[in-house]
Amino acid sequence: MHILVCLKPVPDPKHWSRLGLDPKTKTLIREGIPNIINPLDRKALEAALQLREKEGGEVITLSMAPPSALSVLREGLAMGADRSILLSDLAFAGSDALATSYILATAIRKLAPYDLILCGDQTLDGGTSLVSAQIAEFLDIPNLMRVRSIEIQNNKALHVRSQIEHGYMVVEMKPPAVLSVVKEINEPRYITFVNILGAEKKEIQIWSSKDLSLDEPWVGLKGSPSQMADLVIPEVKRKVEMLKGEPSEMTRTLADRLHRLGYC
Amino acid sequence: MAGNERVQSKIWVLAEERQGQLAGVGLELLGKALELARPVGWKVASVIVGHSLNELAQRLLSFGADEVLVVDHPLLGSYCGQSHVKVLESSIRKYSPEIVLLGATAMGSDLGARLAARLRTGLSAHCIGLELSPEKKLLALVPGWGGNVLARVYSPFTHPQMATVMPGVFDLPKEGTVLGRIIPLDADVSPEDVTYKVLEIKREADQEDQLEKAEVVIAGGSGIGSKADWEWVEGLASALKGAVGATRPPVDEGWAREDQMVGQSGRTIHPKLYVGIGISGQMHHMVGIKGTELTVAINQDPQAPIFEHCDLGLVGDFKELIPPLIKAIQDYNS
Repeated sequence: MHILVCLKPVPDPKHWSRLGLDPKTKTLIREGIPNIINPLDRKALEAALQLREKEGGEVITLSMAPPSALSVLREGLAMGADRSILLSDLAFAGSDALATSYILATAIRKLAPYDLILCGDQTLDGGTSLVSAQIAEFLDIPNLMRVRSIEIQNNKALHVRSQIEHGYMVVEMKPPAVLSVVKEINEPRYITFVNILGAEKKEIQIWSSKDLSLDEPWVGLKGSPSQMADLVIPEVKRKVEMLKGEPSEMTRTLADRLHRLGYC
Repeated sequence: MAGNERVQSKIWVLAEERQGQLAGVGLELLGKALELARPVGWKVASVIVGHSLNELAQRLLSFGADEVLVVDHPLLGSYCGQSHVKVLESSIRKYSPEIVLLGATAMGSDLGARLAARLRTGLSAHCIGLELSPEKKLLALVPGWGGNVLARVYSPFTHPQMATVMPGVFDLPKEGTVLGRIIPLDADVSPEDVTYKVLEIKREADQEDQLEKAEVVIAGGSGIGSKADWEWVEGLASALKGAVGATRPPVDEGWAREDQMVGQSGRTIHPKLYVGIGISGQMHHMVGIKGTELTVAINQDPQAPIFEHCDLGLVGDFKELIPPLIKAIQDYNS
């Protein structure tokens, strides 16, 4: 099985209080904030490694990010990926979900043949959940989102369990396919010191736009239809009454209010 | 089959159907679309894709759609991204609506993403508000992360303008007199377009509905600190006969279940009483409780943003506040 896993480096949530917003460009200032692998992408990689253990084959990770993301790719290699590809080019900067999906899909085409492309269903930062389905659309292959489990049948068909409202569905599909995974799928393995040493020998290739056959107008800021018009501070309509006193007084006042309103 | 009647609607709303049921969000969006369209003289269509849709199409008319566009074909009976995208793409290219709206559900998120890529247009995902600019551009409100701001997102230069909207954000329109009409659209689909087969659909316990229907919701955040202390949140919920909600960190930590998550990537709730414990008040969560009648916040940090968005605030350690609160409530109840 040849499996590609998309990894997105995201700012470590432990340092989110240090994030700022550039008032001019309305983009996030994230300088100096360490990156981690987006947690659901880590689960996608774990799912890929488990499939490789059963079926054999190769796991390649793919990221579109600035060169500072190399540490995150190293971590993916330490977890067990066979090799990594970093798509990095100034021309990619400012890409929205559509442009990002287009760039990733173009790189994936170069890595054909592949059986599965795995992603996290959401990222901690952007949260648009568009990229996995849009990669599939650009590659013209099926996809499923909100994936909880993946099973390979004897005839190589995939049985995929995907979350829907009020429950789940089980879908049968043939590879190649794009699957984006949710939290329930697994618990990613720990990385040991030996893993880290082993990963140092593994290869990270860096591809720029020159290495891909991209249509230039669809890449980067100018290839991104989505724009931020402005930021609004939502109006506060709440009364904001702060209760005073010792804990016992505050809770007594609150319980009295709730009683008068019929809650107890 | 499909006639050549001219479709006039400028806003198309996907009426999501699964197993013969309409998703509520498709109706909520229809109501909102009509509200946006009326001042500018636009018509609004509900678009339904599936098989044997006569009854559902009639139902959509009764909710006020000017046009109900029906794409009916035996191969479209159960949702598959590629077949649904194919039929919608050809109709959108043919009739050029200005705006296409979908629910941010499992189906709508998938279909919206694929359709936007196929049409090479922008899609604002997981929106919690919609506006129309004077230039008739769709402005979608999404919480800007890391701060207490909302961003207005739009795609001014591509066509159509698309958004997926969180369920529960808009009210259901009233059912009433039918004024619109049903227009069948071409369903050019072949077996190769159906690229997966749904083997089974299973319902699980309706926890989500419980939270959405609850009159009282007690929610906890990262400030609770541990699985053991999460019991205080559940304890207060049980004293007030309410449902338990959570922000993202308790879900990620495994103290709370995914379906208990309230906010932009979780549920949108409208309880009468909401008590938030150890919740800082990030916009991602607060947008999910906008419809609350009485919001109570308990947090140790007097600077927590939630204290700007509550009706009653208690600054203090929840471990010192919840036990006497539960006691006082129980005294009233007995």
